[in-house]
Amino acid sequence: MKTLRIGGGAGYSGDRIEPAAELAEHGDIDYLIFECLAERTIALAQQAKMKDPALGYDPLLEARMLAVLKTCAEKGIRIVTNMGAANPLAAAAKIREIAVSLGLPKLKIAAVVGDDVLEQLHAGDYLDDTGEPVAALGARLLSANAYLGAQPLVDALAAGADVVITGRVADPALVLAPLIHSFGWAMDDWQRLGQGTLAGHLLECAGQVSGGYFADPGYKDVANLARLGFPIAVVGEDGSLEITKVAGSGGSINTATCTEQLIYEIHDPAAYQTPDVVADFSQVTMTQLGPDRVAVSGATGHPKSGMLKVSVGYIDSYVGEGQISYAGSGALARATLAQDIVAERLQLTGVALTEVRYDLLGVNAIHGLELAAQAAEPYEVRLRVTGRTDSMREAVRVGNEVETLYTCGPAGGGGVTKSSREVVAIRSTLLEAAQVKPAIHFEEIGS
Amino acid sequence: MKLREIAHARAGDKGDISNLSLIAYRAEDYALLEKHVTPERVQAHFKGVVHGGVQRFLLPQLGAMNFVMQHALGGGVTRSLALDAHGKSLSSALLDIDIE
Repeated sequence: MKTLRIGGGAGYSGDRIEPAAELAEHGDIDYLIFECLAERTIALAQQAKMKDPALGYDPLLEARMLAVLKTCAEKGIRIVTNMGAANPLAAAAKIREIAVSLGLPKLKIAAVVGDDVLEQLHAGDYLDDTGEPVAALGARLLSANAYLGAQPLVDALAAGADVVITGRVADPALVLAPLIHSFGWAMDDWQRLGQGTLAGHLLECAGQVSGGYFADPGYKDVANLARLGFPIAVVGEDGSLEITKVAGSGGSINTATCTEQLIYEIHDPAAYQTPDVVADFSQVTMTQLGPDRVAVSGATGHPKSGMLKVSVGYIDSYVGEGQISYAGSGALARATLAQDIVAERLQLTGVALTEVRYDLLGVNAIHGLELAAQAAEPYEVRLRVTGRTDSMREAVRVGNEVETLYTCGPAGGGGVTKSSREVVAIRSTLLEAAQVKPAIHFEEIGS
Repeated sequence: MKLREIAHARAGDKGDISNLSLIAYRAEDYALLEKHVTPERVQAHFKGVVHGGVQRFLLPQLGAMNFVMQHALGGGVTRSLALDAHGKSLSSALLDIDIE
C-alpha cells in the first residue's frame, strides 16, 4: 500500500528551528509542514503589512527557509505552510529570493490567497455568540480572515508546487492537502478525511505530540527535551496512521503523549469542526507499535457545515502593567500593603481604567485566591498590577503608580518593571463558504 | 488521593473557552475518574476561575475525558489581563482535585 511520510516542522510561529532541519535531513519525509499562525498572529501581521506592504508574513520565514529549503529541494520534499500570514504573495517572493541566493536550480512556489475576507464581511454579521454586529467595531477593525479548507492547497500541489505558502487555513488542512493530492481521496470521503484530519491535528503542534509540554518529573519523565524531535505522520492510502519521529532525537512518543494531543483543544471529540469535514475522534484507539511508534485509528467524519469560521482582528484596548518584588520575612504583608496603596493611588489620581487586576506572583496569580488559600507563605512575592484603558497615555500611568512604590511604598520593594501595550484582540464570525474565493499565484525559478 | 497520582492532563484554549483533558495512566483507573470527576465537581473546583458552564465528554477506550469550560479565560486569550492568559496551567489545578 502507498504511504506518505509527513513531518510536523513547527507548532507555532516562534518554535524551534533545528528539529525541522532534522526532519528534512533524517526523517525520510515526503512533506514538511509548518503551522505558525495562532489566532491573533494574523491581525498583528496585518498591522505590520499596513506599515510596510512588503511585510506581513511570518518573521521567522527567512530563518526557517534557510534551514530547510536546500535539503528539501535536493530530496524532493515539498513544503506546506501558513507562514504567509497576512501576506502570502510577499512571502512567496521572499522564498524565491532565498532559493536564488541558495543557488537552487529549480523551484515552484504557490501562494494561496483569498482568506482575507474583510471586503466580504457585512457590517451586520454577528460577532461570536454575543449578537453584536461587526459594525460595532468601527475603525478599530483590522482584519478578517476565513479559515480556508484543503482544496486550494491540493490545487497548488496538483500544479506542481514544491512550496505551498498560505495565510489563514484550517491547521489540519496543511496535512490533509498532501494526503488528498497524493492518494486522490474524494472530497466527500468523510471517513478518510476524518482520519487525515486526525493526522493533521496530531502534527499541528509539532513537539506537543512527541514529548514536549508533557514532562512532570517523577510522574511523566521525558528524556532529552533540549533535543526534542518533532513528529512524523506515516499515513496509508486507506487512512491508516502512525506517529513516529527521527531515531535518536529527544522526546518520546507513546499512547499517553498522543492522547494528550488528540484531545487538545477539540471540544466535542465527536464533532471537531473544520472547513473540510466535521471530524469524529470519539472512537479513536491507539496502539504502541514499538519505541516512539504509535498507531492511531478509528477516526471518521461527517459532512462539513458549508460555513467558514472567520477570525476578526481589532484594536480592543490598551493595557498598562507594573511589577515589584518583596522578599524575606513579612514579604506577603508588604506586597499586600503595596497592592492596597496602588489601588488607592489609581483612584486618587483618576486613572481611567475599564478593568484592573492585582496579582501576587507566587501566591494567587495563576489560579486565584480560592485554590491558593491552603499554601504556606512564600519567601518572595511579586506584585503585578494590570489595568485596561482606552488610550496608551492612560495605560502608562498604571506602571508609574507601581514604580513610585520605590520611594513612597512599603520597605524593601525591588526590581520594578513596567510596560504598556496596545491590545489587538480576536473575535469570530461565520461566512458562507461560497462567498470565499481562494486563488493561487505562482513564483518560479528554472522553469 | 489527588488525581495527579492516577491521571495526567493538558489544557488548551479557544477564545474564552478552556479545554481540559484528563487521562488515566492505567486503564483500570478510568472508572474512578468517571465516577468522581463529574462536571459538577470540576465546576465547583474552578468556581473562582470558570464563570460559565462545564461540559464533560467521555473517551472510555482511551481512559480519557475532556472538559469544556465556558467563560474561563478572563474574556478570551487575546484580551485577558491574566498572567497565564491561555489558562495553560489549569491542567495542574485539575490534578489537585482530591478523590477517595
